This record gives sequence, C-alpha cells and structure tokens, in this order.
Amino acid sequence: MQPFGTLKGFGVTFKHIFKQPITQQYPEYKRPVYPRFRGRHRLHRHANGLEKCVGCSLCAAACPSDCIRVVAAENTPEHRVSAGERYARIYEINLSRCIFCGYCELACPFDAITLGNEFELSEYSRDDLIYTKDMLLAEPIKRIPVQDADLYDTPIPAYKSSS
Amino acid sequence: MTWLVVGSASSGEPWWISLIKAVIVINLVLFGFAYLTLIERKVMGRMQLRYGPNRVGPFGTLQPIADLVKLIRKESFFPAAAIDVLYILGPFLAAFTAMTTFSVIPWGPGWTIGGYEVTGYVADVPIALLLIFAIGSLGIYGFIIGGWASDSKFALLGSMRTCAQLVSYEVSLALSVLGVVIMAKSLSLVDIVAAQGADVWYVIPQIVGFGIFILAGTAETARAPFDLPEAEQELVAGYHTEYGGMRFGLYSMSEYINLITLSGLAVTLFLGGWHGPWLPGPVWFVIKLAVILFVFIWMRTTLPRLRYDQLMRFGWKVLLPLATVNAVLTAILVVWI
Repeated sequence: MQPFGTLKGFGVTFKHIFKQPITQQYPEYKRPVYPRFRGRHRLHRHANGLEKCVGCSLCAAACPSDCIRVVAAENTPEHRVSAGERYARIYEINLSRCIFCGYCELACPFDAITLGNEFELSEYSRDDLIYTKDMLLAEPIKRIPVQDADLYDTPIPAYKSSS
Repeated sequence: MTWLVVGSASSGEPWWISLIKAVIVINLVLFGFAYLTLIERKVMGRMQLRYGPNRVGPFGTLQPIADLVKLIRKESFFPAAAIDVLYILGPFLAAFTAMTTFSVIPWGPGWTIGGYEVTGYVADVPIALLLIFAIGSLGIYGFIIGGWASDSKFALLGSMRTCAQLVSYEVSLALSVLGVVIMAKSLSLVDIVAAQGADVWYVIPQIVGFGIFILAGTAETARAPFDLPEAEQELVAGYHTEYGGMRFGLYSMSEYINLITLSGLAVTLFLGGWHGPWLPGPVWFVIKLAVILFVFIWMRTTLPRLRYDQLMRFGWKVLLPLATVNAVLTAILVVWI
C-alpha cells in the first residue's frame, strides 16, 4: 500500500470535476470531417446537364462487397442522358453492404462517382438504404462541415514534405 | 397491532404515525437510490472529463425514470437450469433486507405535529445496531442464493466471492463500531446520536474506527476498489449474471440502498447524526449523507480493483487487527477516564 500515492490519485480525480469535459455533444455539434473523408456516394453531371456516368459497370466490378448494380441502356438522339454511347438506366448502391472503400471512385474512368462527406446514413428500414440513381444525383440534404483543406488535404504526406 | 407499535411504544405515539413515517422513509430511500445512480454517473463522468447522462430531461434528470421504465418493460427471462423458487426469491430477499434496515436510523430530533409527538425515526430498537448487522447478513443470502440458483459458473463464482468477502469484512465492520458503542454505552442509534449531541462527534475520538468503517463498508457494499464479486472483466457481472429486467433492477437497487444505509449508519455513528447548527435536523442528516456518498463515488473513480489475495490480506491482516486494537483501546480508555 502506498498511502500518499493513493491520496494524490484522489486529488487528481477531484480536480477533474472542475475541468471542462472534452466530450463532443454529437447531434448538436457535428465535428468537421476530413477533406478526404469517404462518406455517402454522389453521382455527378457535366456542366451541360448530361450525366457523367456511361454505364460501363467498372465500379460494380471493382466493388469488393458487390453492392453496386448498374443496368446500362443505349443513348438515342431523342433520349440522351449521358455524354457517352450508353448511360446507366439503373444505378443502385446498397449502402447497407457498402464498406466505403472508395474503389468505385478509383475505378471510374469519367469521375462520375465520388464519395462525399455525408456519414449520417441511419434509416429505420433496410430498403431505405438502397440508394437509387436519383438519390445519388441529388444534392445532399444535410451539409457536413469539412476541416480546413489546406491544413489536412496535402497531396504530399507531412512527414515526407518536411524532410 | 401490538407488533407494529414495538418501535415507538416508548415515545407513546400512535401506531399509524409510525406507519406513515415508514412509508415516507421507504419512498425517500427509493427516490434517493434512483437519483444516486444518476448522481454517481454524473460525478464519475465529470471526474473522467465526460458529461455523464444529459439527454433525458433537463440535464438528464429523468434518466433514472427512463432506466426504471426500461428495466420493468424488459422480458423476465429464466435460465432453463435455474432453480425456480430460489432464483425468484434471491432478488426479493436482497431488496427486502436492504429496505428494512433504514428504519432504525434516526434522522431528526422529533416534533409535535397537531398535538401528536412525532419522533425523528421509524423505530427505536434497543439493539438497533445489532439489528442492522443481522439483517445485513440476511441480505447476503439474497446474493448467494441468487448466484447459486441461476446455475451459471460466473454467477456461482460471483456469489462465492460475495460470500467470502462479505463475511470477511463484516467482522471488521462490526468491530469498528464497537468503539462507538462503548463510548455511547448503548446499541440504540437514537441514544448514540443523543450522546454525540451532548458530547463531541465520535469521528474525532474514533477516527480509526471511522476509517475502518468506511473501508470495510466499501467492501460490504461490494463497490470499487472492492468490487470483486462483480468484477466485470473476469466474471461478466458476478452473482447477477443470469438476471435481467426488474429482477436485476432489484439486485442493483439493494446494492445502492445498502450503500445509502451504510452511509446513513456512518453519519449516525460517527458524524453526529442529525445534529448541526442553524439548519433543521433532517437537512443536516441529508447533507452529511451526501458527503459520505460522494466519498464512496470518489473512491470508485479513483482506485483500481484489488487483487483477490490483496483483498483477503487487507481484510484479515490490516483491518481486523486495527479494529480489534481500536476497540480494546477505547474500552480501556473509557474505563479509566
């Protein structure tokens, strides 16, 4: 037994009552995510409104958890959806299976799919977690704050750049 | 109804006043238990730089009610191999004995309300202190029976540890209050408080006894650093591993009420009970009770759990000799002076 060490411990715990807790009160305070945070997917359009996705299914092939389903269809002059020859008639991501690895983003030759910042993806039903093309094309409803990009999103890792 | 009047026969108050007081005290103790869980979580949280529960109601003040509703609504499952009667009896025995003991602790000087003499205690038994220890020992049966009847190795080990620890430390606990009993020349808590009101608080002459009482009391209520009976890293949850729902709630309740009773006993025996300047008796009692309870919570956050051999060595080789020497010395001094 070390009585004085024990008393010191009591002092430490008592002192901490008066300190400000470091807990982040989540629903009220949303901690900014890092710039390269991989959250919910987004599909993108060209500036002229055409979809970037050409329905090549490379993302579905790259997906390790097999959660992307792409059904392609031919573009016609009357019905032109994407810039390429074909477009994705159905584009679904099953987010209950997705592991947010970002391979789809890497596999995509047209930068049509990226992973966004949204991480609040809870639903009451599993069916609601299957995101369709319309949902992925739409702007995210909630804005997630992002950390300072200059500070964190360095292409050269800090430990290499400083040496 | 003569058996009901036993406690208050000496003060001549009608039996129904005792009954009303009993109802009030039991409800206050239950209320105290509910909010002790919240305060404990809050204080421990602040000591660990957390907030503690703060979601249910303003500042989390409705958390105990939410916990209660959750516990009551849970399914009362039943292990297939459990022994029916004992499995159900265990928590009730523990909770019943826990709630009984508070009745002999005095919390006020007594008043005259509407022409009736109302004493500041539910019952004044001449052997109050013995009664508390006796009923407390009965309460151990609740833990042992529950752990044994649920037919699980963790519960059995937990109840064996509870049994060994509580029996070991009860000796020191009883011996540590012997000094107080010798000084007050009575086993009645009312007399002990009265003696402290006339004289000095016994925490000063009996500081060793007070220390032993608090340490042995921590072990008796199986709280950290003596929480080996429910060491969650080794034993899942100890003797109540196989309990769920309100049966677990009863066990939890009995532990916390035992803690409150023990703190009340510490206040009564060593800190002058309800005596204090300016404020009325019950207020002083609650203030002192809160201080002691805070010390218990503080101890729980600060100290890591003892090893089992350390626990036994501390109980038998440190606390017991100290308590014995303290009691003998007090006896000698009281006789000589």
